[in-house]
Amino acid sequence: MYEGILQDLIDELGKLPGVGPKMAQRIAVHILQSDPETPKKLAELLLILQDRVNFCEMCGTVSEEAQCRICRDPRRDVSQICVVEESKDVIAIERSREFNGRYHVLGGSINPSQDIGPGQLRIKELITRLQDGAVQEVIIATDPDMEGEATSTYLARHLGPLGVTVSRIATGLQMGGDLEYADEVTIGRALSGRRIISQGGIS
Amino acid sequence: MPTYRDQAIVLHTNKLGEADRIITMLTRNHGKVRAVAKGIRKSTSRFGARLEPLNLVDVQLHQGRNLDTVTGVETVAAFSAQASQDYSIWTAGLAMAETTDRIISADHEPANAQFLLFYGGLKALVEEAHSPGLILDSFLIRSMSIAGWAASFDRCAKCDATGPHRWFSVTSGGALCSECKIPGSVTPAPETISLLGALLAGDWASADLSLDKYRKEASGIVAAHLQWHLEREVRSLKHVERRKDETVG
Repeated sequence: MYEGILQDLIDELGKLPGVGPKMAQRIAVHILQSDPETPKKLAELLLILQDRVNFCEMCGTVSEEAQCRICRDPRRDVSQICVVEESKDVIAIERSREFNGRYHVLGGSINPSQDIGPGQLRIKELITRLQDGAVQEVIIATDPDMEGEATSTYLARHLGPLGVTVSRIATGLQMGGDLEYADEVTIGRALSGRRIISQGGIS
Repeated sequence: MPTYRDQAIVLHTNKLGEADRIITMLTRNHGKVRAVAKGIRKSTSRFGARLEPLNLVDVQLHQGRNLDTVTGVETVAAFSAQASQDYSIWTAGLAMAETTDRIISADHEPANAQFLLFYGGLKALVEEAHSPGLILDSFLIRSMSIAGWAASFDRCAKCDATGPHRWFSVTSGGALCSECKIPGSVTPAPETISLLGALLAGDWASADLSLDKYRKEASGIVAAHLQWHLEREVRSLKHVERRKDETVG
Protein backbone atom coordinates (compact mmCIF):
# COMPACT_ATOMS: atom_id res chain seq x y z
CA MET A 1 0.00 0.00 0.00
CA TYR A 2 1.28 3.44 -0.96
CA GLU A 3 1.21 6.45 1.34
CA GLY A 4 -0.15 10.00 1.24
CA ILE A 5 -1.32 11.67 -1.96
CA LEU A 6 -0.63 8.72 -4.24
CA GLN A 7 -2.77 6.37 -2.13
CA ASP A 8 -5.49 9.05 -1.88
CA LEU A 9 -5.53 9.27 -5.69
CA ILE A 10 -5.70 5.45 -5.99
CA ASP A 11 -8.64 5.42 -3.56
CA GLU A 12 -10.50 8.13 -5.52
CA LEU A 13 -9.87 6.46 -8.90
CA GLY A 14 -11.05 3.16 -7.43
CA LYS A 15 -14.48 4.72 -6.81
CA LEU A 16 -15.02 5.20 -10.57
CA PRO A 17 -17.26 2.68 -12.37
CA GLY A 18 -15.37 -0.23 -13.88
CA VAL A 19 -12.09 0.69 -12.16
CA GLY A 20 -10.82 -1.88 -9.66
CA PRO A 21 -7.97 -1.42 -7.15
CA LYS A 22 -5.29 -2.75 -9.54
CA MET A 23 -6.47 -0.58 -12.43
CA ALA A 24 -6.63 2.46 -10.10
CA GLN A 25 -3.06 1.80 -9.02
CA ARG A 26 -1.89 1.51 -12.64
CA ILE A 27 -3.59 4.78 -13.65
CA ALA A 28 -2.20 6.65 -10.62
CA VAL A 29 1.37 5.44 -11.23
CA HIS A 30 1.03 6.27 -14.94
CA ILE A 31 -0.06 9.84 -14.09
CA LEU A 32 2.84 10.14 -11.63
CA GLN A 33 5.36 9.06 -14.28
CA SER A 34 3.92 11.03 -17.23
CA ASP A 35 5.11 14.50 -18.29
CA PRO A 36 3.69 17.38 -16.14
CA GLU A 37 1.33 18.66 -18.89
CA THR A 38 -0.80 15.49 -18.99
CA PRO A 39 -2.12 15.59 -15.39
CA LYS A 40 -2.48 19.37 -15.60
CA LYS A 41 -4.76 19.14 -18.64
CA LEU A 42 -6.73 16.29 -17.03
CA ALA A 43 -7.20 18.27 -13.81
CA GLU A 44 -8.38 21.37 -15.70
CA LEU A 45 -10.97 19.33 -17.62
CA LEU A 46 -12.23 17.63 -14.48
CA LEU A 47 -12.64 21.00 -12.77
CA ILE A 48 -14.72 22.59 -15.54
CA LEU A 49 -16.68 19.46 -16.50
CA GLN A 50 -19.62 19.89 -14.16
CA ASP A 51 -19.77 23.69 -14.62
CA ARG A 52 -19.73 23.69 -18.39
CA VAL A 53 -21.49 20.48 -19.40
CA ASN A 54 -25.22 20.30 -18.79
CA PHE A 55 -28.22 18.61 -20.28
CA CYS A 56 -30.17 19.86 -23.31
CA GLU A 57 -33.37 21.58 -22.14
CA MET A 58 -35.25 20.02 -25.06
CA CYS A 59 -34.10 16.41 -25.36
CA GLY A 60 -32.10 15.84 -22.17
CA THR A 61 -28.87 14.71 -23.80
CA VAL A 62 -25.46 15.96 -22.70
CA SER A 63 -24.75 19.43 -24.08
CA GLU A 64 -22.57 22.48 -23.43
CA GLU A 65 -25.28 24.84 -24.74
CA ALA A 66 -28.86 25.26 -23.53
CA GLN A 67 -29.90 23.14 -26.51
CA CYS A 68 -27.79 20.35 -27.99
CA ARG A 69 -26.35 20.32 -31.52
CA ILE A 70 -29.14 18.05 -32.81
CA CYS A 71 -32.04 20.08 -31.36
CA ARG A 72 -30.50 23.30 -32.81
CA ASP A 73 -30.04 21.80 -36.28
CA PRO A 74 -32.90 23.07 -38.59
CA ARG A 75 -32.19 20.27 -41.09
CA ARG A 76 -33.34 17.57 -38.66
CA ASP A 77 -36.83 16.12 -39.22
CA VAL A 78 -39.10 17.53 -36.50
CA SER A 79 -41.85 14.99 -37.20
CA GLN A 80 -39.89 12.08 -35.69
CA ILE A 81 -38.62 11.67 -32.13
CA CYS A 82 -36.47 8.74 -31.13
CA VAL A 83 -36.79 7.91 -27.43
CA VAL A 84 -33.67 6.45 -25.80
CA GLU A 85 -32.61 5.62 -22.25
CA GLU A 86 -29.24 7.41 -22.02
CA SER A 87 -27.16 10.02 -23.85
CA LYS A 88 -24.77 7.28 -25.00
CA ASP A 89 -27.66 5.71 -26.94
CA VAL A 90 -27.97 8.95 -28.96
CA ILE A 91 -24.31 8.60 -29.94
CA ALA A 92 -24.87 4.93 -30.93
CA ILE A 93 -27.85 5.75 -33.18
CA GLU A 94 -26.09 8.79 -34.68
CA ARG A 95 -23.20 6.50 -35.67
CA SER A 96 -25.63 4.50 -37.85
CA ARG A 97 -26.43 7.65 -39.95
CA GLU A 98 -29.90 6.15 -40.57
CA PHE A 99 -31.97 8.53 -38.45
CA ASN A 100 -32.53 12.20 -39.22
CA GLY A 101 -35.11 13.09 -36.59
CA ARG A 102 -34.64 14.35 -33.05
CA TYR A 103 -34.15 12.53 -29.77
CA HIS A 104 -35.60 12.36 -26.30
CA VAL A 105 -33.47 10.94 -23.46
CA LEU A 106 -35.55 9.35 -20.69
CA GLY A 107 -32.70 9.12 -18.19
CA GLY A 108 -33.05 5.35 -17.68
CA SER A 109 -35.76 2.73 -17.82
CA ILE A 110 -38.55 1.73 -15.45
CA ASN A 111 -37.01 -0.60 -12.89
CA PRO A 112 -39.24 -1.30 -9.86
CA SER A 113 -36.59 -3.37 -8.06
CA GLN A 114 -34.28 -0.32 -8.15
CA ASP A 115 -37.21 1.87 -7.07
CA ILE A 116 -37.31 3.65 -10.45
CA GLY A 117 -40.88 4.25 -11.57
CA PRO A 118 -42.28 6.23 -14.52
CA GLY A 119 -42.27 9.40 -12.36
CA GLN A 120 -38.47 9.40 -12.15
CA LEU A 121 -38.05 9.38 -15.94
CA ARG A 122 -38.49 12.29 -18.38
CA ILE A 123 -41.87 11.05 -19.60
CA LYS A 124 -43.79 14.25 -18.72
CA GLU A 125 -41.28 16.27 -20.76
CA LEU A 126 -41.82 13.92 -23.71
CA ILE A 127 -45.60 14.35 -23.52
CA THR A 128 -45.10 18.15 -23.40
CA ARG A 129 -43.01 17.96 -26.59
CA LEU A 130 -45.87 16.21 -28.37
CA GLN A 131 -48.45 18.89 -27.56
CA ASP A 132 -47.76 21.21 -30.53
CA GLY A 133 -48.72 18.54 -33.10
CA ALA A 134 -45.46 18.74 -35.07
CA VAL A 135 -44.36 15.25 -34.07
CA GLN A 136 -46.00 12.50 -36.13
CA GLU A 137 -44.02 9.47 -34.96
CA VAL A 138 -42.30 8.44 -31.73
CA ILE A 139 -39.73 5.67 -32.21
CA ILE A 140 -39.00 3.87 -28.95
CA ALA A 141 -35.38 2.73 -28.85
CA THR A 142 -35.02 1.62 -25.25
CA ASP A 143 -32.68 -1.33 -24.57
CA PRO A 144 -33.98 -4.72 -25.79
CA ASP A 145 -33.98 -6.12 -22.24
CA MET A 146 -36.93 -6.68 -19.94
CA GLU A 147 -36.86 -3.19 -18.39
CA GLY A 148 -36.55 -1.58 -21.83
CA GLU A 149 -39.42 -3.66 -23.21
CA ALA A 150 -41.67 -2.84 -20.25
CA THR A 151 -40.81 0.86 -20.53
CA SER A 152 -41.72 0.65 -24.20
CA THR A 153 -45.06 -1.01 -23.33
CA TYR A 154 -45.77 1.72 -20.77
CA LEU A 155 -44.90 4.53 -23.21
CA ALA A 156 -46.99 3.04 -26.03
CA ARG A 157 -50.00 2.92 -23.72
CA HIS A 158 -49.62 6.58 -22.69
CA LEU A 159 -48.53 8.09 -26.04
CA GLY A 160 -51.00 6.27 -28.30
CA PRO A 161 -54.04 8.29 -27.15
CA LEU A 162 -52.18 11.54 -28.01
CA GLY A 163 -52.61 10.79 -31.72
CA VAL A 164 -48.99 10.06 -32.65
CA THR A 165 -47.72 6.87 -34.27
CA VAL A 166 -45.67 4.91 -31.74
CA SER A 167 -43.14 2.45 -33.15
CA ARG A 168 -40.51 0.20 -31.58
CA ILE A 169 -37.09 -0.44 -33.12
CA ALA A 170 -36.81 -3.95 -34.56
CA THR A 171 -35.28 -6.72 -32.49
CA GLY A 172 -33.99 -9.96 -33.89
CA LEU A 173 -30.87 -11.68 -35.15
CA GLN A 174 -27.68 -9.71 -35.25
CA MET A 175 -25.65 -9.35 -38.43
CA GLY A 176 -22.62 -11.66 -38.47
CA GLY A 177 -24.04 -14.11 -35.92
CA ASP A 178 -25.05 -17.78 -36.18
CA LEU A 179 -28.76 -18.65 -36.05
CA GLU A 180 -28.12 -21.82 -34.02
CA TYR A 181 -26.68 -19.85 -31.08
CA ALA A 182 -29.55 -17.36 -30.91
CA ASP A 183 -31.90 -17.70 -27.95
CA GLU A 184 -35.59 -18.55 -28.30
CA VAL A 185 -36.89 -15.06 -27.51
CA THR A 186 -34.61 -13.46 -30.13
CA ILE A 187 -35.57 -16.00 -32.80
CA GLY A 188 -39.25 -15.52 -31.91
CA ARG A 189 -38.92 -11.74 -32.28
CA ALA A 190 -37.01 -12.15 -35.55
CA LEU A 191 -39.79 -14.31 -36.96
CA SER A 192 -42.65 -12.08 -35.82
CA GLY A 193 -40.84 -9.01 -37.20
CA ARG A 194 -39.88 -10.62 -40.54
CA ARG A 195 -40.11 -8.61 -43.77
CA ILE A 196 -41.19 -9.72 -47.21
CA ILE A 197 -38.35 -9.61 -49.76
CA SER A 198 -40.29 -11.05 -52.70
CA GLN A 199 -44.05 -11.14 -53.25
CA GLY A 200 -45.05 -14.50 -54.86
CA GLY A 201 -46.79 -14.36 -58.28
CA ILE A 202 -45.40 -10.99 -59.34
CA SER A 203 -42.94 -11.29 -62.20
CA MET B 1 -18.78 -30.29 -7.18
CA PRO B 2 -16.94 -27.86 -9.46
CA THR B 3 -19.72 -27.90 -12.06
CA TYR B 4 -23.42 -28.53 -11.46
CA ARG B 5 -26.68 -28.22 -13.36
CA ASP B 6 -30.08 -27.15 -12.11
CA GLN B 7 -33.31 -25.44 -13.08
CA ALA B 8 -33.55 -21.83 -11.96
CA ILE B 9 -35.78 -18.77 -12.09
CA VAL B 10 -33.85 -15.52 -12.51
CA LEU B 11 -34.68 -13.09 -9.67
CA HIS B 12 -32.64 -10.07 -10.71
CA THR B 13 -29.43 -9.03 -12.45
CA ASN B 14 -26.74 -6.45 -11.67
CA LYS B 15 -24.21 -5.01 -14.06
CA LEU B 16 -20.61 -6.04 -13.40
CA GLY B 17 -17.66 -4.36 -15.10
CA GLU B 18 -17.77 -3.63 -18.83
CA ALA B 19 -19.89 -6.46 -20.20
CA ASP B 20 -20.73 -8.92 -17.39
CA ARG B 21 -23.70 -9.33 -15.09
CA ILE B 22 -24.24 -10.94 -11.71
CA ILE B 23 -27.34 -13.12 -12.01
CA THR B 24 -29.26 -13.86 -8.81
CA MET B 25 -31.48 -16.89 -9.27
CA LEU B 26 -33.56 -19.33 -7.27
CA THR B 27 -32.66 -22.89 -8.23
CA ARG B 28 -34.82 -25.96 -7.73
CA ASN B 29 -32.21 -27.93 -5.71
CA HIS B 30 -29.45 -25.50 -4.69
CA GLY B 31 -31.49 -22.62 -3.26
CA LYS B 32 -30.53 -19.05 -4.07
CA VAL B 33 -27.42 -18.80 -6.24
CA ARG B 34 -25.48 -15.76 -7.41
CA ALA B 35 -23.38 -16.30 -10.50
CA VAL B 36 -21.42 -14.24 -13.01
CA ALA B 37 -22.52 -14.38 -16.66
CA LYS B 38 -19.44 -13.25 -18.54
CA GLY B 39 -19.89 -11.07 -21.62
CA ILE B 40 -23.70 -11.22 -21.39
CA ARG B 41 -24.13 -7.52 -22.24
CA LYS B 42 -22.27 -7.85 -25.55
CA SER B 43 -24.52 -8.25 -28.59
CA THR B 44 -22.52 -11.36 -29.54
CA SER B 45 -23.22 -13.07 -26.20
CA ARG B 46 -24.32 -16.69 -26.45
CA PHE B 47 -26.57 -16.16 -23.41
CA GLY B 48 -28.76 -13.66 -25.30
CA ALA B 49 -32.04 -12.92 -23.54
CA ARG B 50 -32.08 -16.23 -21.66
CA LEU B 51 -30.96 -14.79 -18.32
CA GLU B 52 -33.51 -11.97 -18.09
CA PRO B 53 -35.40 -11.72 -14.76
CA LEU B 54 -38.43 -14.06 -14.37
CA ASN B 55 -37.18 -16.59 -16.95
CA LEU B 56 -37.15 -20.27 -16.03
CA VAL B 57 -33.90 -21.74 -17.33
CA ASP B 58 -31.88 -24.92 -17.28
CA VAL B 59 -28.49 -23.63 -16.18
CA GLN B 60 -25.00 -25.08 -15.86
CA LEU B 61 -22.81 -23.42 -13.25
CA HIS B 62 -19.19 -23.64 -12.23
CA GLN B 63 -18.75 -23.31 -8.49
CA GLY B 64 -16.53 -20.44 -7.39
CA ARG B 65 -15.22 -19.19 -4.04
CA ASN B 66 -17.70 -16.30 -3.74
CA LEU B 67 -19.71 -16.26 -6.93
CA ASP B 68 -20.39 -19.14 -9.31
CA THR B 69 -19.97 -18.74 -13.08
CA VAL B 70 -22.65 -19.48 -15.65
CA THR B 71 -21.19 -21.84 -18.26
CA GLY B 72 -24.34 -22.82 -20.13
CA VAL B 73 -28.04 -21.95 -20.20
CA GLU B 74 -31.17 -23.14 -22.00
CA THR B 75 -34.61 -21.53 -21.78
CA VAL B 76 -37.39 -23.65 -20.27
CA ALA B 77 -40.04 -20.89 -20.10
CA ALA B 78 -39.42 -17.32 -21.30
CA PHE B 79 -41.75 -15.64 -18.81
CA SER B 80 -39.91 -12.30 -19.19
CA ALA B 81 -40.90 -11.88 -22.83
CA GLN B 82 -44.59 -12.38 -22.05
CA ALA B 83 -44.54 -10.38 -18.82
CA SER B 84 -42.88 -7.30 -20.31
CA GLN B 85 -45.76 -6.94 -22.81
CA ASP B 86 -48.18 -6.15 -19.97
CA TYR B 87 -47.22 -3.57 -17.35
CA SER B 88 -49.49 -5.00 -14.59
CA ILE B 89 -48.13 -8.53 -15.04
CA TRP B 90 -44.53 -7.32 -15.24
CA THR B 91 -44.67 -5.22 -12.06
CA ALA B 92 -46.43 -8.06 -10.18
CA GLY B 93 -43.79 -10.55 -11.39
CA LEU B 94 -40.93 -8.30 -10.27
CA ALA B 95 -42.55 -7.84 -6.85
CA MET B 96 -42.68 -11.66 -6.56
CA ALA B 97 -39.00 -11.89 -7.53
CA GLU B 98 -37.90 -9.21 -5.03
CA THR B 99 -39.94 -10.81 -2.23
CA THR B 100 -38.40 -14.22 -2.97
CA ASP B 101 -34.93 -12.64 -2.91
CA ARG B 102 -35.63 -10.97 0.45
CA ILE B 103 -37.27 -14.01 2.09
CA ILE B 104 -34.42 -16.37 1.15
CA SER B 105 -31.46 -14.66 2.76
CA ALA B 106 -28.85 -17.43 2.60
CA ASP B 107 -27.25 -18.71 -0.61
CA HIS B 108 -27.15 -22.43 -1.52
CA GLU B 109 -29.81 -23.48 0.99
CA PRO B 110 -32.46 -25.58 -0.79
CA ALA B 111 -35.83 -23.80 -1.02
CA ASN B 112 -37.85 -26.16 -3.17
CA ALA B 113 -41.26 -25.12 -1.83
CA GLN B 114 -40.54 -21.43 -2.60
CA PHE B 115 -39.24 -22.39 -6.05
CA LEU B 116 -42.45 -24.28 -6.88
CA LEU B 117 -44.62 -21.47 -5.50
CA PHE B 118 -42.72 -18.86 -7.54
CA TYR B 119 -42.96 -20.96 -10.70
CA GLY B 120 -46.69 -21.50 -10.17
CA GLY B 121 -47.22 -17.79 -9.52
CA LEU B 122 -45.36 -16.72 -12.66
CA LYS B 123 -47.20 -19.28 -14.79
CA ALA B 124 -50.57 -18.07 -13.47
CA LEU B 125 -49.53 -14.46 -14.14
CA VAL B 126 -48.51 -14.89 -17.78
CA GLU B 127 -51.48 -17.18 -18.49
CA GLU B 128 -53.70 -14.48 -16.91
CA ALA B 129 -55.48 -17.14 -14.86
CA HIS B 130 -56.67 -14.45 -12.41
CA SER B 131 -56.15 -10.72 -11.81
CA PRO B 132 -52.37 -10.02 -11.43
CA GLY B 133 -52.97 -8.21 -8.13
CA LEU B 134 -54.77 -11.23 -6.63
CA ILE B 135 -52.07 -13.64 -7.84
CA LEU B 136 -49.41 -11.41 -6.28
CA ASP B 137 -51.21 -11.14 -2.92
CA SER B 138 -51.80 -14.89 -2.84
CA PHE B 139 -48.12 -15.45 -3.61
CA LEU B 140 -47.03 -13.09 -0.84
CA ILE B 141 -49.30 -14.70 1.77
CA ARG B 142 -48.14 -18.19 0.82
CA SER B 143 -44.46 -17.15 0.70
CA MET B 144 -44.77 -15.88 4.26
CA SER B 145 -46.42 -19.14 5.23
CA ILE B 146 -43.47 -21.12 3.76
CA ALA B 147 -41.05 -18.81 5.59
CA GLY B 148 -42.82 -19.60 8.89
CA TRP B 149 -44.72 -16.31 9.21
CA ALA B 150 -48.17 -17.61 8.30
CA ALA B 151 -50.91 -15.19 9.27
CA SER B 152 -54.03 -16.51 10.93
CA PHE B 153 -57.26 -15.32 9.31
CA ASP B 154 -59.99 -17.65 10.58
CA ARG B 155 -58.78 -18.18 14.18
CA CYS B 156 -57.51 -15.77 16.81
CA ALA B 157 -53.73 -15.49 16.45
CA LYS B 158 -53.34 -15.38 20.24
CA CYS B 159 -55.90 -17.70 21.84
CA ASP B 160 -56.79 -19.81 18.76
CA ALA B 161 -60.52 -19.14 19.23
CA THR B 162 -62.52 -19.94 16.11
CA GLY B 163 -63.50 -16.85 14.10
CA PRO B 164 -64.41 -14.86 12.16
CA HIS B 165 -62.85 -12.08 14.24
CA ARG B 166 -63.14 -8.35 13.75
CA TRP B 167 -59.64 -7.14 14.67
CA PHE B 168 -56.38 -7.72 12.83
CA SER B 169 -52.87 -7.05 14.05
CA VAL B 170 -49.77 -7.45 11.92
CA THR B 171 -47.53 -7.60 14.99
CA SER B 172 -49.67 -10.34 16.57
CA GLY B 173 -49.70 -12.39 13.39
CA GLY B 174 -53.29 -12.22 12.26
CA ALA B 175 -56.91 -11.85 13.31
CA LEU B 176 -57.64 -11.18 16.99
CA CYS B 177 -60.76 -11.87 19.06
CA SER B 178 -62.37 -9.19 21.21
CA GLU B 179 -60.59 -10.57 24.29
CA CYS B 180 -57.12 -10.55 22.74
CA LYS B 181 -57.24 -7.35 20.66
CA ILE B 182 -54.33 -5.01 21.30
CA PRO B 183 -53.97 -1.23 20.78
CA GLY B 184 -53.13 -0.48 17.15
CA SER B 185 -55.21 -3.39 15.78
CA VAL B 186 -57.11 -2.53 12.60
CA THR B 187 -60.68 -3.49 11.86
CA PRO B 188 -60.85 -4.57 8.22
CA ALA B 189 -64.15 -5.49 6.60
CA PRO B 190 -65.18 -9.13 7.21
CA GLU B 191 -65.09 -9.60 3.40
CA THR B 192 -61.40 -8.55 3.43
CA ILE B 193 -60.51 -11.14 6.08
CA SER B 194 -62.45 -13.72 4.12
CA LEU B 195 -60.60 -12.74 0.89
CA LEU B 196 -57.23 -13.09 2.68
CA GLY B 197 -58.23 -16.57 3.85
CA ALA B 198 -59.29 -17.49 0.32
CA LEU B 199 -55.95 -16.28 -1.10
CA LEU B 200 -54.03 -18.36 1.45
CA ALA B 201 -56.14 -21.46 0.83
CA GLY B 202 -56.20 -21.03 -2.95
CA ASP B 203 -59.99 -20.64 -3.05
CA TRP B 204 -59.96 -18.79 -6.38
CA ALA B 205 -63.70 -19.14 -6.96
CA SER B 206 -64.29 -16.84 -3.95
CA ALA B 207 -61.27 -14.59 -4.55
CA ASP B 208 -62.24 -13.87 -8.18
CA LEU B 209 -65.66 -12.66 -7.06
CA SER B 210 -64.29 -10.21 -4.45
CA LEU B 211 -64.97 -6.50 -4.82
CA ASP B 212 -62.26 -3.97 -5.65
CA LYS B 213 -62.45 -2.17 -2.27
CA TYR B 214 -61.80 -5.42 -0.37
CA ARG B 215 -58.91 -6.29 -2.70
CA LYS B 216 -57.30 -2.93 -1.99
CA GLU B 217 -57.69 -3.36 1.76
CA ALA B 218 -56.35 -6.92 1.58
CA SER B 219 -53.28 -5.92 -0.44
CA GLY B 220 -52.47 -3.21 2.12
CA ILE B 221 -52.65 -5.74 4.97
CA VAL B 222 -50.52 -8.26 3.02
CA ALA B 223 -47.86 -5.62 2.27
CA ALA B 224 -47.77 -4.46 5.91
CA HIS B 225 -47.55 -8.05 7.19
CA LEU B 226 -44.74 -8.89 4.72
CA GLN B 227 -42.65 -5.80 5.39
CA TRP B 228 -43.06 -6.06 9.16
CA HIS B 229 -41.60 -9.57 9.11
CA LEU B 230 -38.89 -8.78 6.56
CA GLU B 231 -37.95 -5.68 8.57
CA ARG B 232 -37.34 -3.82 5.32
CA GLU B 233 -39.23 -2.38 2.42
CA VAL B 234 -39.97 -4.40 -0.73
CA ARG B 235 -39.34 -1.59 -3.21
CA SER B 236 -41.18 -3.15 -6.16
CA LEU B 237 -44.47 -3.32 -4.26
CA LYS B 238 -45.25 0.40 -4.57
CA HIS B 239 -44.73 0.22 -8.34
CA VAL B 240 -47.22 -2.62 -8.84
CA GLU B 241 -50.00 -1.51 -11.15
CA ARG B 242 -53.30 -3.01 -10.06
CA ARG B 243 -55.82 -3.35 -12.86
CA LYS B 244 -59.17 -1.73 -12.26
CA ASP B 245 -60.96 -3.14 -15.30
CA GLU B 246 -60.73 -6.71 -14.05
CA THR B 247 -62.15 -6.12 -10.62
CA VAL B 248 -65.77 -6.74 -9.95
CA GLY B 249 -66.42 -3.73 -7.69
